[in-house]
Amino acid sequence: MGIVSPGFKGRGGAGREKLPPGQYLVTDFPVLSAGPTPRVDTGSWELRIRTETGEVHSWDWAAFRALPSEEITVDLHCVTKWSKLHTPWRGVSLDTLLAEAETSAEYALARSYGGYTTNLPLQDLLDGQAWVAYEFDGEPLESEHGGPARLLVPHLYLWKSAKWVQGIDLLDNDEPGFWESLGYHNYGDPWREQRYWGD
Amino acid sequence: MNTHLDGNVLAGALGEVFAVDITTAVAQCASCGTSQAMGQALVYTDAPGLVARCRTCGEVVLRVTRSPGRTWLDMRGVRCLELHVPGE
Amino acid sequence: MARAAVLGRLTWQVGTVAVVREETATARTIVLDVPGWSGHTAGQHVDVRLTAQDGYSTQRSYSIASAPAPGRLELTVQRLEDGEVSPYLTDVLKPGFPLELRGPIGGWFAWDPAAAGPVLLVAGGSGVVPLMSMIRARAAAGSHAPFRLVYSVRSPDTALYPAELAQRGHAGEGVEVSWVYTRSAPAGARVRVGRLNPVVLAAPGWTPEAAPAVFICGPTGFVEAAASLLVRAGHDPGVIKTERFGPSGGQA
Repeated sequence: MGIVSPGFKGRGGAGREKLPPGQYLVTDFPVLSAGPTPRVDTGSWELRIRTETGEVHSWDWAAFRALPSEEITVDLHCVTKWSKLHTPWRGVSLDTLLAEAETSAEYALARSYGGYTTNLPLQDLLDGQAWVAYEFDGEPLESEHGGPARLLVPHLYLWKSAKWVQGIDLLDNDEPGFWESLGYHNYGDPWREQRYWGD
Repeated sequence: MNTHLDGNVLAGALGEVFAVDITTAVAQCASCGTSQAMGQALVYTDAPGLVARCRTCGEVVLRVTRSPGRTWLDMRGVRCLELHVPGE
Repeated sequence: MARAAVLGRLTWQVGTVAVVREETATARTIVLDVPGWSGHTAGQHVDVRLTAQDGYSTQRSYSIASAPAPGRLELTVQRLEDGEVSPYLTDVLKPGFPLELRGPIGGWFAWDPAAAGPVLLVAGGSGVVPLMSMIRARAAAGSHAPFRLVYSVRSPDTALYPAELAQRGHAGEGVEVSWVYTRSAPAGARVRVGRLNPVVLAAPGWTPEAAPAVFICGPTGFVEAAASLLVRAGHDPGVIKTERFGPSGGQA
């Protein structure tokens, strides 16, 4: 830790203690990106779930939008330390998307348009914990926030909620994703402050 | 949005661990083979780490992340790095 | 001249604010005394780190504005409306306060006074800061390298260093200064208001054939527009060096 800067409070100031450790509150919606924003046309968009045996379930935009959807309001916690509370989304539960998949896999790897990947235990995608979201605050999801559709796994740090999601591979062996392979925690629970390897 | 900066922004994070200046180093991109100074790379900074992409093909050439006390560096995207050694 | 290319890793140092100077309504120059500082190469930046009482800490990069000098450096900081660090530096920081910094950083976007060739500087807004360091370094080193600064500002009251630039731009000083006003020009001035354009960039003696080294610094959109104008005019993309300000990674 550095020397204290006299009079410096920083973002969030005194409100930081009501959030997961080390987080501060924002009211805007910061945009994070590891590359150029992919422009994915819903006309060519496809979501593919591939099991460990190679079985593929896929949806084009029309088929995806025909699935039952849910409205959810969740808190977002980004590992870069901002948190945004009570964010309203609409999306399709992963329980719905995975209902037909025959699998005994324990791990999942989400893949995005643009090449991003993130890994998580399959059980963290189930039981009402994860969605493929396509609306934010009643509007179609903007591309800078991951539109046309992104993964939403709000109980983990937001890098797990892959923007521009294109597919989910179900795997017998865990495969670290883009940030998980470069120092970031393999699981990423914000309440246990699992930011980095070994946290 | 294309919110990248220039390779100059890599100098601080890598200067913590290396004694040479990364921005004047010439990197050959492992994807397209183009050689360019790291100072010319497109660097995405609004992210959990710094992601440097090749100016020519857009593929990742270098990634660096930082935690208190640790730095991680991925240079799979660089085939060869030519560094200037000061004082010679 | 102080040489900055000392081989060594970057470490945090503590400087002390000597002077805070008002440049415009929203920009301040912070003069820092830094024990052991060996100088820099014009164009380089420093990282500044702020730490709150509860340990929360954040850092930003700022270009060095001054000519290289041992023990002392100047940063010119533009206050951003929703910034986290810049309002502290421009409004809270007072002479005598400590400030943590490390540097000098970056050798790519840098000008060495030993280089005799012509130098074309293109600045948008507070992007003039590292370029001003080059102009000051040129004078301090007694360099005769031909310099030209094209400086784009919204209006005269947002311009940094206008008096010093007027002085350094006098005939015979070897530094040409051309202003571009994007919103409003000085009263009575015979200058058209508008964006940076090929005509202002293509002044006599500053064509691609003169092969000037080019440094462009400013907000992302400005840097991209300036670089593509110069490349279209025939300047070699390989000699154009750019430094963009980021929404948060840069001069926030």
